[in-house]
Amino acid sequence: MLLLLRFDSKVVKQPIITKAAIDTNTLINIIKASVGARHGELIVEVEDSKVKAVEEVFESYGVEVQELDKAIAKDDEKCVHCGLCISICPVEVFKVEDHKIVAETSRCIHCGVCVNVCPTKALSLPII
Amino acid sequence: MKSIEEINRKIREGNAVVVTADEMKNIVEELGAKKAAEEVDVVTTGTFGAMCSSGVFMNFGHSDPPIKMQKVWLNDVEAYTGIAAVDAYLGVTQISETKGVEYGGAHVIEELVKGKEVELKAVAYGTDCYPRKEIVTEVALEDLNQAVMLNPRNAYQRYKAATNSSDRLLRTYMGTLLPNFGNVTFAGTGEISPLNNDPEYRTIGVGTRIFLCGAKGYVIGEGTQHSPPFGTLMVKGNLKEMNAKYMRAAVFPGYGVTMFVGIGIPIPIINEDMARFTAVRDEEITTEILDYGVARRDRPVVRQVSYAELKSGKVEINGEEVRVSPLSSYYMAHEIMEELKKQIEKGEFLLTQAVDKIPIKVKTKPMRQKEIRVVSSVMTKAITISPETGIDEVSKIILQKNVNHLPVVDKNNVLIGIVTSWDVAKAVAKAKGTDLGKVKDVMTRKVITTFPDEPVEVAARKMETHNISALPVIDAKKRVLGLVTSEDLSKLLARW
Repeated sequence: MLLLLRFDSKVVKQPIITKAAIDTNTLINIIKASVGARHGELIVEVEDSKVKAVEEVFESYGVEVQELDKAIAKDDEKCVHCGLCISICPVEVFKVEDHKIVAETSRCIHCGVCVNVCPTKALSLPII
Repeated sequence: MKSIEEINRKIREGNAVVVTADEMKNIVEELGAKKAAEEVDVVTTGTFGAMCSSGVFMNFGHSDPPIKMQKVWLNDVEAYTGIAAVDAYLGVTQISETKGVEYGGAHVIEELVKGKEVELKAVAYGTDCYPRKEIVTEVALEDLNQAVMLNPRNAYQRYKAATNSSDRLLRTYMGTLLPNFGNVTFAGTGEISPLNNDPEYRTIGVGTRIFLCGAKGYVIGEGTQHSPPFGTLMVKGNLKEMNAKYMRAAVFPGYGVTMFVGIGIPIPIINEDMARFTAVRDEEITTEILDYGVARRDRPVVRQVSYAELKSGKVEINGEEVRVSPLSSYYMAHEIMEELKKQIEKGEFLLTQAVDKIPIKVKTKPMRQKEIRVVSSVMTKAITISPETGIDEVSKIILQKNVNHLPVVDKNNVLIGIVTSWDVAKAVAKAKGTDLGKVKDVMTRKVITTFPDEPVEVAARKMETHNISALPVIDAKKRVLGLVTSEDLSKLLARW
C-alpha cells in the first residue's frame, strides 16, 4: 500500500520515517519525497498488513496520512494505444497486450509523469 | 501474374482472398512467395500515427452580402484563406489564439467529424464585389459545400527514432525524451506499414484508392520530404465520409497540436515479387536512433536499429538497456487493416490501377540559407577570475570592466563556475562583518555553456530555457574562450 504523508514545519525536523519503522518493526520504502523548510510531502510504500499500525504512528506525530488506493486511471475512450507512456513510467506500469496498452495499476507510484506526456489526455491521477 | 481488373472481378464476385499484412508474413513463410502469390489477391496494410502535415480544405458557401475572407478562424484557430473568397485550408497543427497549444486545427477537424458546430469568424478589406468586412456564424460539417482532407505528407515508410543525451528533459514532436538516454521513442508501424510492403512503389502510386480515416481516399502523389526508403505520400479524402474513430486530435506537451491519422492501403498481389515484398519483417526494416539532445538539423546518429528491436520495447545504448515507446498505435493500425480487409471481402472497396509512379530516387534537400550565425561571431572576451578571488575584488572588476558575468576558471583556464553581479550584491547584503568571502563561496558550479560553432538561435534558446542572460563559450576541454550575453544576441537580432 502506498501512503501519502503531508506534514508541517514542526514535523519536518522529526525523523518520522525512522520512528515509524522502528516503532512498528516495518520496512518503509520512500517512493517520492519533497521536503522543504515549511512543509513536507512523502509517498511511502508499506506492507499491507502493517498499514494501520504505521498510520497510527505517523498520525501521533501530527502527520496527515492519505491512503493511495486509487492509482493512475486510463480512459479507454481517449486512449489510442500509441504506447508513448511505456518508456516514461519509471516502474513499468504500462505494457502491450494484444496490441493494446494496458496499465498494471498496482505498480503505480503516483509520480504523475505519464499524465503530462499522454497526447490524448487519457491518463489521470485521482489525487495529487 | 494477375491484373488489377482480375482482382477487382474476384472482389465483386465475393471470392477474392484478402489477408492482413500480419497474416501475409506467415503465409509466405509457409507456402513460399510463388504459391502465396497464387493464393492471395490483396494484402491490407495500416498505420495510425501523429501526422502533422495534415489538414482540410473547406468551402463555406457565400454569405449575403458576400465576403472575400482575408483572415478566417474556426473556434479561434486560424485557417489559411489566401485563395478564393470562401475557401480555406485548416492545418492540424495551427493552435488556438485563445486556448493556446491545448486546442488546435486537429481538434476543430475532429469536432466537425463528430457532427459538432464550430464558430466561423472572418474579416475582410471589402471590395465592390465582396462588400462585407466581417462575419461571425456557426457551421457544422453538413453546412460546408466541400470539406476535403488533403495531407501533404502522411504514411511515413519509416522514421528516425529519438533519444536524448543531454541532462535536460526534452519535450518534442517525438514525445517526452528523458535526460541521459532515459528512453527512446519511434514512429511508424514497421512491417505492416503501407510503403514498407511495396518498397519499390510498384502498386502504390498516383490514384491508388486508400482507406483514409474511415473514408475512401486517394494517393495524389509522393508526399513532401519524400526520401526513399523514408518515403511519404500525399493523400486526400472526403472529410464528410470520415469516422472519428480513425482519427484523433492530440497534444504533444511542450510541442503542440497534431493529429493521429489512420491510413490503410490495399496491396494487390499481382505477382510473386509483390508476395515477397509483403512478407517483409521488422528485422529487415532499419532506421537510426538520433540524439535530440543536439538541437541541430543534422542530429548525431546514436546507432542503427531495426523495427524489431524497437518493437521489443528495449534497445541497448552505450551498454545500457533503454526502454522504448512507440508513437504510432499498432492497435489502431490492426483495426484499420481488419476493417479494410472486411470492406474488400464484402465488395465495398475496389482497387485502382495507379495512373502515375511515385519517384524512388529522390532525396530531401536542407533549406538554402544565407548563412548560419554561430556563437563565435557574437562572443566577447570573457573576464575570468580565480575561485580564490575575494568578493570585494570582484565588485571592483564588475564596476571597472562594466560586466555582469565572470566565469570562474582554474589555473589551466578550465571553467569551474560562474559569478554574476547579482551573486556579488547578495554576498554584500548578507555579509555580517567586513569579510565578504571568496568567489568559491558564492559561485554557481553547474554552468550552462555554449560552443563557438553553436548557432546563435541554440544559444538564445539555452538562455531562455534556463532564464539566464549569459553563457561562457568553451572548447572541448572546457577551457573558456569567451562569453556571449543576451545583449549581444539582441543586438544581432535587431540588425535582422
